[in-house]
Amino acid sequence: MSGGSYSGFSLFKNALSYHENWQRAWRSPKPKSDYDVIIIGGGGHGLATAYYLAREHGITNVAVIEKGYLGGGNTGRNTTIIRSNYLWDEAAHLYELALKLWEGLSQELNFNVMFSQRGVLNLGHTLQDMRDIERRVNANRLNGIDGEVIGPAEVQKLVPLLDCSPGNRYPVLGASWQPRGGTARHDAVAWGYARAADALGVDLIQQTEVTGIRRENGRVTGVETNAGFIGARKVGCVVAGNSGVLAAMAGLQLPIESHPLQAMVSEPLRPCLDTVVMSNAVHGYISQSDKGDLVIGAGIDHYTGYGQRGSFHVVEHTMQAICELFPAFSRVRMNRQWGGIVDTCPDACPIISKTPVQGLYFNCGWGTGGFKATPGSGYVFADTVAHDRPHPLAEAFSIDRFYSGALIDEHGAAGVAH
Amino acid sequence: MLQIKCPYCQELREEDEFSYGGEAHIERPANPEACSDEEWGAYLFFRKNPRGVHHEMWNHAAGCRRYFNVTRNTVTYEILESYPMGEKPAVLAAGPGERN
Ligand SMILES: Cc1cc2nc3c(=O)[nH]c(=O)nc-3n(C[C@H](O)[C@H](O)[C@H](O)COP(=O)(O)OP(=O)(O)OC[C@H]3O[C@@H](n4cnc5c(N)ncnc54)[C@H](O)[C@@H]3O)c2cc1C
Ligand SMILES: [Zn+2]
Repeated sequence: MSGGSYSGFSLFKNALSYHENWQRAWRSPKPKSDYDVIIIGGGGHGLATAYYLAREHGITNVAVIEKGYLGGGNTGRNTTIIRSNYLWDEAAHLYELALKLWEGLSQELNFNVMFSQRGVLNLGHTLQDMRDIERRVNANRLNGIDGEVIGPAEVQKLVPLLDCSPGNRYPVLGASWQPRGGTARHDAVAWGYARAADALGVDLIQQTEVTGIRRENGRVTGVETNAGFIGARKVGCVVAGNSGVLAAMAGLQLPIESHPLQAMVSEPLRPCLDTVVMSNAVHGYISQSDKGDLVIGAGIDHYTGYGQRGSFHVVEHTMQAICELFPAFSRVRMNRQWGGIVDTCPDACPIISKTPVQGLYFNCGWGTGGFKATPGSGYVFADTVAHDRPHPLAEAFSIDRFYSGALIDEHGAAGVAH
Repeated sequence: MLQIKCPYCQELREEDEFSYGGEAHIERPANPEACSDEEWGAYLFFRKNPRGVHHEMWNHAAGCRRYFNVTRNTVTYEILESYPMGEKPAVLAAGPGERN
């Protein structure tokens, strides 16, 4: 046990010893020879899954196996936009479960995930954009999800720096507005779940790569790693861009392709943007972090790739769009740019599913927009693994939909990478 | 930015002259009506997505506007060859999800 909860008092106490004696946030255990459940992938989704397995289902003999460091994948590379305004019922309910969990997450984990409900705007630049926005907002409201369609005057009031003048290159005709949406601190989400899972007895095993999935008579029996074999009765695979690689280890194929997705941050500025602004049509999305840097996301590279970097013309295009929308940002200098590997599905929805291998489960395909779903994804996946049947909210996201044809087409709501 | 050689134009050009066409050498079932749901789903949606050598289609969109094939390493992004439609690759690809 790492012991000790974070509080105003602990901050004061540790200040007296120059913050040199803070307890470690989690242990670094040697792997046991076997576990009830192994989760492959120590990103937000994998850590949340382990936490809810322990917390909701009392399954604590669990290991999370991560080839790098916790949160070093897409969790630590994303632009942290959180919202639940998806079009179709199945997706809307799943993302809304996540949003509800976000609302209490810092309290529940005793870790400040810096969830900030600063609102999310999706801009409409054409008549068709506005029709799609109206349809989506109406669908959201029928599902009990907050949302409004607002006109250019209201958009301008919310975002004074946005160029809403008529006749500009990308005229702003209006937007959808989800006030409960916002951002959170990406690393803190991984760390918060990691610390809480560790406290419940979950072993977090870093710097250990899964290299094989051992099966006997159609049942999973454990995983091969570069530190040797580790047995398990159940294995949950949550490795985002590497899902296809892990699936192949179990002799399976997925309807997933891995693409580079890029983002960048600027030098820190004074507060100038207090909401999240996204535009499907020009493909850019932007917010300002608490540190002051502008956080800007680009589109995916259309080719498949695992190189964790993307092509220059993709970021160039995004910067052009951002400068058109926010002329005042044209002289801001960019500090850093990077790429992550996203696992895209044909219908822009995730796969949360059992597999033909008994005891092996996959949670993947979140593509460009899974950060917002982290708590909900972990919650329903833990339930699915614990009971060996899909959680009711996960049922529609089974891999079978690619055979039955019951796809959940969220390209409209997920059309911009986020 | 990739630099891609179009086998028709015989020129090395920048990536943004081209558009990506997905995995190469996928054959449409000759008689879709006779396919099981599994076969049809596999044809439509399931892809090799290897971590390593991959055969893929590109279209020379701002050039001759023709499709051709490329063999590319999806980790290093090195392009190993490009060849016209209908021809077989000289460099062998990785299996599904496989590394090489
Ligand atoms: C640039 C960018 C911007 C984005 N912006 C947003 C956004 O604004 N909003 C949003 O909702 N989503 C966004 N996303 C998507 C979001 O980041 C992902 O959907 C989400 O973080 C996936 O979480 P995860 O835990 O499943 O994956 P990851 O955090 O990638 O975790 C998977 C882990 O598995 C590990 N792993 C892989 N293979 C193995 C192996 N063989 N053995 C052991 N471990 C292994 C990896 O090292 C990694 O740590 C963005 C993504 C990117 C790249
Ligand atoms: Zn050509």
